Amino acid sequence: MSKILIRGAKVLGGEAQDVLIDGETIEAVGNGLSAEGAQVIEADGQVLLPGLVDLHTHLREPGREDSETVLTGTKAAARGGWTAVHAMANTFPVADTAGVVEQVWRLGRESGYCDVQPVGAVTVGLEGKQLAELGAMHDSAAGVMVFSDDGKCVDDAVMMRRALEYVKAFDGVVAQHAQEPRLTEGAQMNEGTVSAELGLGGWPAVAEESVIARDVLLAEHVGSRVHICHLSTAGSVEIVRWAKSRGIDVTAEVTPHHLLLTDELVRTYNPVYKVNPPLRTEKDVMALREALADGTIDIVATDHAPHPREDKDCEWAAAAMGMVGLETALSVVQQTMVDTGLLDWAGVAERMSANPAKIGRLDGHGRPVSAGEPANLTLVDPAYRGAVDPAGFASRSRNTPYEGRELPGRVTHTFLRGRATVIDGKLA
Amino acid sequence: MMRHLISAADLSRDDAVLILDTAEEMARVADRPIKKLPALRGRTVVNLFFEDSTRTRISFEAAEKRLSADVINFAAKGSSVSKGESLKDTAQTLEAMGVDAVVIRHGASGAPYNLATSGWIDAAVINAGDGTHQHPTQALLDAFTMRRRLIGPDAGLGQDLGGKRITVVGDVLHSRVARSNVDLLHTLGAEVTLVAPPTLVPVGVESWPCEVSYSLDQVLAKSDAVMMLRVQRERMNAAFFPTEREYARRYGLDSDRMAKMPEHAIVMHPGPMVRGMEITAEVADSERCTAIEQVANGVHTRMAVLYLLLGGNEPAGSPAARTEESK
Repeated sequence: MSKILIRGAKVLGGEAQDVLIDGETIEAVGNGLSAEGAQVIEADGQVLLPGLVDLHTHLREPGREDSETVLTGTKAAARGGWTAVHAMANTFPVADTAGVVEQVWRLGRESGYCDVQPVGAVTVGLEGKQLAELGAMHDSAAGVMVFSDDGKCVDDAVMMRRALEYVKAFDGVVAQHAQEPRLTEGAQMNEGTVSAELGLGGWPAVAEESVIARDVLLAEHVGSRVHICHLSTAGSVEIVRWAKSRGIDVTAEVTPHHLLLTDELVRTYNPVYKVNPPLRTEKDVMALREALADGTIDIVATDHAPHPREDKDCEWAAAAMGMVGLETALSVVQQTMVDTGLLDWAGVAERMSANPAKIGRLDGHGRPVSAGEPANLTLVDPAYRGAVDPAGFASRSRNTPYEGRELPGRVTHTFLRGRATVIDGKLA
Repeated sequence: MMRHLISAADLSRDDAVLILDTAEEMARVADRPIKKLPALRGRTVVNLFFEDSTRTRISFEAAEKRLSADVINFAAKGSSVSKGESLKDTAQTLEAMGVDAVVIRHGASGAPYNLATSGWIDAAVINAGDGTHQHPTQALLDAFTMRRRLIGPDAGLGQDLGGKRITVVGDVLHSRVARSNVDLLHTLGAEVTLVAPPTLVPVGVESWPCEVSYSLDQVLAKSDAVMMLRVQRERMNAAFFPTEREYARRYGLDSDRMAKMPEHAIVMHPGPMVRGMEITAEVADSERCTAIEQVANGVHTRMAVLYLLLGGNEPAGSPAARTEESK
């Protein structure tokens, strides 16, 4: 493979430097590196980050190829600056056997746009009744380290305890979708003043918080690590903060949309804003931003959830829950965290690359931008401003809540092990 | 006037008073030997009912026919909807047949709003009840009934309900009637108190322009009208209250409680009543109960709404015409 010289890039937002890629590896980082024999990319003050790692992506294949495939999803990921994504298990069939996770893993390798690390289901069929063969999924070619029934909560306390204990044998982690099912029967949106007015079934914050509280205590009791998916409330932040202060091995994620959008948008009854967990209030949004800044929340994960048009072009109650997010995540994080001064680019790199790779025990990703490291890199132009146009998405689905909204920043180049997957904002 | 009627909260005080005044005019038509006006001749209105509701559907149908509109009734049951057709396709199919207005009843909160705003159709949309959100024509007919009874058919013209004390009792959580009434009555200057067991009051009610009480007995003496909402028996299976009898004891309206109301105060019910649950037969059948009157007023009010929304020809010398000119 040939050499590539990225000239004048602000590495992690610092001083402009040159970065020389040779083959799959970063050869050198410094000033005035020789361009001899190398293809030159003029970064011109753009910010260079380690390739982003998403711990929470729905690629929909197998089963719902009408909304996304591994190929279209990884193209979308590359455009968003991601070099690795964790594919959630709620496919059809469910990724609860070695066979299915290996299929997804193989499709990811074939796509070539982004590494795909399958997530295994915790329980057979996501039904919460019987533990899936977690060990077989871990031992498979896919090497599963993260297990989740995401979309459904592992609500049975004994089942959760056993799963937390069992995966310790191979250093795995259970990622919990915290949603007490009885408290959320018929739930359509955040329970509060807006739901009272709109007459939509309320989704109380306590349905999330009570499960998180239980699970951090379970993790403490059995000495396991636990990961909490998509925190959405100020109360959840308080519980995780308390758990960490107590030394409990808990990590937590927040989605870009929960950092920006509130339940006020539901007043439009536009199902593009229907998502699980639901959009919360301004107070929650501010608490989540603060928690992401101070490290209480470890990572940003997209919960990219593609749906075909007909599942959103309908009345609210009939609509599917979820939003696409891979291609807008970094822009939303820039707007909510960087441009607000809450986080610098090094902080972004930590929360969108290093930390998720660490939680997923993913080798070769989330590494520093320095000589000898794998050349998984993302070049972003933070000065860019533009309205989101879903027509330009690589994702097969268009269910973005940001259509027409002006967001800052644009991924211009993505490199996966030295090979450009995105050049000048376009798929290579 | 606006183009659609989706929520009682969208009505200004003047809009609402205009509708009530026009309804008064329509009521006079009902007293004539020939109860029909030519106002909507040549216009087509579809009653698009995704939920069973014989009462509301018949009320709209009567209103439409008295205004000489061509009426199409569409019930979702047994139609293409039960075979999985989307709301969008159903609406577009109907509009392709040349419909000027869609009266929609739907189990999903916001469905009429979607119809009016998604660009699926051009027709005027009238909400005949959506989920647990809104039922604006019910609130209008209730306000019309209150104004007639508490102020008078003639004396009430041009008036709102300023200073009237209205108590709404029952399953507020699941009630689009309660939401619509709170919005409209507040707009009309009335003071509203909701009474219900705490389990049947929505979280977030504190932002509504009304008071909330858990004790019916404490508010009866201060009520000009007491509106009883239907309480579905199946609610007790979801632990909203222990038993039917306990509900009736604490929140039902019986003769003893009615006696605590001021002389002039009325008892209202949007129907269908569950006798023995929220209201005893003695109260339901008493002179003070306006349930049947509300049904008649429903036709007048819906005529007024259709007439004003579809902009039919003005009946000569109507107060509606005068009010519109003066606006």
